[in-house]
Amino acid sequence: MVKGILARKIGMTQILAADGAVVPVTVVQAGPCVVVQRRTAERDGYEAAQLGLVEGRPPRHLPKPLAGQFAKAGVPPTRVLAEFPVATGSEVKPGDTVLCDIFAADETIRVVGTSKGKGFQGAVRRHHFRGGAASHGSMFHRAPGSIGPSAYPSRVFPGTRMAGRMGGDRVTLKRVKVVRVDLERNLLFLRGAVPGGRRALLRLVKG
Amino acid sequence: MDLHELEREQMRSDIPDFGPGDTVRVHVKVREGEKERIQVFEGVVIGRRGGGVRESFTVRKVSYGVGVERVFPVHSPNLEKIEVVRHGKVRRAKLYFLRDLRGKAARLEEDYRPR
Repeated sequence: MVKGILARKIGMTQILAADGAVVPVTVVQAGPCVVVQRRTAERDGYEAAQLGLVEGRPPRHLPKPLAGQFAKAGVPPTRVLAEFPVATGSEVKPGDTVLCDIFAADETIRVVGTSKGKGFQGAVRRHHFRGGAASHGSMFHRAPGSIGPSAYPSRVFPGTRMAGRMGGDRVTLKRVKVVRVDLERNLLFLRGAVPGGRRALLRLVKG
Repeated sequence: MDLHELEREQMRSDIPDFGPGDTVRVHVKVREGEKERIQVFEGVVIGRRGGGVRESFTVRKVSYGVGVERVFPVHSPNLEKIEVVRHGKVRRAKLYFLRDLRGKAARLEEDYRPR
């Protein structure tokens, strides 16, 4: 069994549980995925399956070498490819289909995605600096403050938190609960928010 | 896949047509240990917000001189039923001004127009 799947975020909504509890969920289109290649311990040094996310649209441009890889697996070309670990001792071969039923309701999984880009942001928004007083004669509002001593070391240490580009980072969420699995429509309902905007590509992994 | 479609599947079809200014009796299922009973909350709807399954409404009543407001999800399975007691004549969507009014001033004119 492949231990993960590719998904696209559809959006957020709520689920009204039978006891009336309101559960915030993100709906994702999880798969279907096809196994395009196998990585094996003998040949590659590790066990994994390369999955392609099956979407309605084929790739716009398909280089010949890549086309050959899809042809070898006997699957139509996909736009997205990614490797996922494979459970030891299980049979996974190119051409196999991976569906969202690898996850069960109430299971906790990892969700990897790219957060929404926030553009160039100041130190207050980007690093939660406190900023200064807005009034009472204060002339220090949202500036970052001191970025280090002067004569020694006469430089700013690398990694000092300052204003800059925020968001658009790879984000991993651990222990995201699967609320519901809809195998017929390849949908997963994940509790809470997940990185990225609508249609964002996500990597869902076991554990 | 469309989110609206997913939400529609969860929505209830037995919800009467009501809006701000209307007096409603909300029959709420209350679980006490193993037993379940119905509690009625009657008051004026002072607003509805949200859309789809996420829609909720606020009911206000004055109980023993204390203003009490409860917010219910419209499509909650915890609502046994909603009865519309009276239609009020109002000109705005959110009746938050009622919070500052008491007694006679906090009354609403009835809307007798058939609907």
